[in-house]
Amino acid sequence: MLALFYIFIGVAIGVSVWQITRIMDFRGSIANDKDNAAHGKYAIVFLAFLYAMMIYCLIFLNVIMLPESASIEGEHDDRLFNITFWLIGVVQFFMQFLIFYFTFKYRGSKDRKAKFYADSHKLEFIWTVTPAIVLVGLVGYGLWQWNNVMDLSNEDDAIAIEVYAQQFNWKARYAGVDNTLGYGNVNFIKGINTMGVDMRDKNSADDKQVTELYLPKGRKIHFKFRSQDVLHSAYMPHFRAQMNCVPGMVTEFGFTPKYTTEEMREQPEVIAKSIGINKIRRARGDDPYIFNYLLLCNKICGASHYNMQFKITVVEQDEYDTWLSEQPTLTEVISKYK
Amino acid sequence: MSDHHHKETFVTKYIFSQDHKMISKQFLVTGMFMGIIAVLMSMLFRLQLAWPDTSFSVVEAFLGSHQTDGIMDPDIYLALVTIHGTIMVFFVLTAGLSGTFSNLLIPLQIGARDMASGFLNMVSYWLFFLSSIVMLISLFVEAGPAAAGWTVYPPLSALPQAIPGSGTGMTLWLVSMAIFIASSLIGALNYIVTVLNLRTKGMKMTRLPLTIWAFFVTAIIGVVSFPVLLSASLLLIFDRSFGTSFFLSDIFIAGEVLHYQGGSPVLFEHLFWFLGHPEVYIVLLPALGITSEIISTNSRKPIFGYRAMIGSILAIAFLSTIVWGHHMFVSGMNPFLGSVFTFTTLLIAIPSAVKAFNYVTTLWKGNLQLNPAMLFSIGLVSTFVTGGLTGLVLGDSALDINIHDTYFVVAHFHLVMGVSAIFGMYAGIYHWFPKMYGRMMNKTLGYWHFWITIVCAYGVFWPMHFIGLAGLPRRYYTNTNFPMFDDLADINIVITLFALVGGIAQIFFIANFFISMYRGEKATQNPWKSNTLEWTTPVEHVHGNWPGRLPEVHRWAYDYSKRVDPNDDDSDYLHGQDFVLQTTPLLELEEPS
Repeated sequence: MLALFYIFIGVAIGVSVWQITRIMDFRGSIANDKDNAAHGKYAIVFLAFLYAMMIYCLIFLNVIMLPESASIEGEHDDRLFNITFWLIGVVQFFMQFLIFYFTFKYRGSKDRKAKFYADSHKLEFIWTVTPAIVLVGLVGYGLWQWNNVMDLSNEDDAIAIEVYAQQFNWKARYAGVDNTLGYGNVNFIKGINTMGVDMRDKNSADDKQVTELYLPKGRKIHFKFRSQDVLHSAYMPHFRAQMNCVPGMVTEFGFTPKYTTEEMREQPEVIAKSIGINKIRRARGDDPYIFNYLLLCNKICGASHYNMQFKITVVEQDEYDTWLSEQPTLTEVISKYK
Repeated sequence: MSDHHHKETFVTKYIFSQDHKMISKQFLVTGMFMGIIAVLMSMLFRLQLAWPDTSFSVVEAFLGSHQTDGIMDPDIYLALVTIHGTIMVFFVLTAGLSGTFSNLLIPLQIGARDMASGFLNMVSYWLFFLSSIVMLISLFVEAGPAAAGWTVYPPLSALPQAIPGSGTGMTLWLVSMAIFIASSLIGALNYIVTVLNLRTKGMKMTRLPLTIWAFFVTAIIGVVSFPVLLSASLLLIFDRSFGTSFFLSDIFIAGEVLHYQGGSPVLFEHLFWFLGHPEVYIVLLPALGITSEIISTNSRKPIFGYRAMIGSILAIAFLSTIVWGHHMFVSGMNPFLGSVFTFTTLLIAIPSAVKAFNYVTTLWKGNLQLNPAMLFSIGLVSTFVTGGLTGLVLGDSALDINIHDTYFVVAHFHLVMGVSAIFGMYAGIYHWFPKMYGRMMNKTLGYWHFWITIVCAYGVFWPMHFIGLAGLPRRYYTNTNFPMFDDLADINIVITLFALVGGIAQIFFIANFFISMYRGEKATQNPWKSNTLEWTTPVEHVHGNWPGRLPEVHRWAYDYSKRVDPNDDDSDYLHGQDFVLQTTPLLELEEPS
């Protein structure tokens, strides 16, 4: 592979140099009718290439895309995305056609006279107003969805979970019975209290610190994000969720998981993607890939940014309750440590 | 001024020149040099992305202590993408593009002897040169150059404990940028004053070629927004070196709590993007201006909707200063602000659409002279549309949540501002090379250069959208730690191959450029049969541009293929040829423009 690659580079450079020295001997700087005819045709060839590539990617790369949203809030994201993508797709095909077809159709020649056409208020009105109307629709739906996702007031029965970022790992803290997270600040980091929870705060006592994220299906989760060092971003692509973790402040995001991890593994899209991945992994002799929800760091944060991941498991409510009850509270952990 | 000739020595003519034409060439060559470095960097990190576990002797040769057995270290990967972005955005597409063509064309196209201040113009170039040197020196710092991304968000960029590049490398980055901003501001002020005050007789603002409108408005955006980045850089220097807390708060790193209290990284993001977003248009507008001029000339048609084009340039410029928050939808700022920025951002689509439609209408029923410059301009329209459309996805805050900082963004901005702007720059070079060097560039090499470049540009950036939609974050040194991205490996290889071929194809351009400078065909005075004033100057440069009196302007720049009977496209040309110089007085039957 590598030898081939170097040969390829070598040949490419060789051909370039040879071509350049040959071509520089041709005089000629201004396009004549022969050039116009040739490059008009190449414009059509290029258009064909562009269309082929666009269609190939749209059809055959579909399998690598993220599966349908695993959060209830994300459903509208998917719908809005589909509407937008269809729209821009159509415009893209249409505009590229015009650009390269006109290049071919009106390629210059001695016999052709250009049309003196400097202005048309009607046309300009049309293409100012049409995008404006379309945008009103997109912006309207988009803003409705944005408020829908970002509004975390009136979520009394939401489960509060803190996601905590540091170079280069993630931790989480569950709020316990009172569903209220105790105050946290880097000044309280000490020994086993690695998230800097203020144990004098009465809300802290029943908080539970974990290294794996369990979420119950069908319950709204109210995430609060903190970072102890640099900017990180908690990116949960399957849930259409992302929020930066900013040192010095608490950021928030919320969603309601729609499918358990097990259910998600049964999704046709996930199965199709997994088959593709496993074909590659088998050829390399790696372990097979099994779908899991992930939280990835998506804000450049240092050397190991590329490997800062956190597993998320979505389970049914009763399984979640069992798991949570097995986790020790911070009070218990700290007293044992002493 | 024209009759007052200075004695010119080698130094005053070629080095400390105050002549705008020479300064323009200095900007161009420096910008090209920086561009080559940035392209080579991109080829190195594309190798890493395609074959992360493979040892490359080029990596070993170039990266020295920052690699292990021919595989680059994660830190230097981040440094490479950081410096690639910085150089491309600022040194190539701001100074290299605007600096070259604003300097060359503003005096020539408005009918002025030189810039308002030749001295400041020279200072502007030499500050740019100095900042380039400082940036290049930062590449050789022991701990590596700045590596916090070209957006240099603190705290990462403020703390050497967080990443080694944030030590001396980052200091040099900030110093270089501060000098760069000074250069850019001096240049921009000069452009504005020159356009406002030194237009020749008859050159009303509404007769200016669209190139000048674009440069003029670009300069205004620069003057409005660059100082904000300067203050952000200064505050960051204070935080880094003098212990202030503008951007930092509550940090625990390397086992200790730092003293910083009360600052906010989000503040830096606001300040950065207050320049950062207008910067996109600082890069793009000159390219669009150049394209307007070249498409019109080579279509042998007036640019369609001249006033609408000026209107959209002004609208884009205004809107560009109130949309910066769309880079920060998930930064933790108030969601209400996100709503506002979504609204203003999508508004920009309207003037942009007007521009795209106007270009296409200009091509319609033209007599297209497909010179390399024209092809690059058409290519610009194509990539501008492709890249612009995906902006409708990213600008919508609800959709941005899930594709923010993925490769979808990388593909979007490379097409819409990277490839488009560089196409505009290439178009400008092919078109005005005869004005710069008195010789023509070879068209055959130009054609090779264009077709390979556009195929590779699409080959790189079209598939890249899809790996972004698969959820792949940008700035990952390798994706191998995530089995869910294993099926993207082949696409990454394809992208890298296109990138390598596209990069190597630039040899066609570089060779053409330097060989034509000495051996190219001698240029005639008006090779493209263009209307604008620069083609009324002699081929051999003279100080003061026009040997005699300054030309007088009687019409706009776009009287191509004007007919005796305006309603009959087959009637004779009004002035006997399909172009009418701006200096040609109006005939009695013509309507004044």
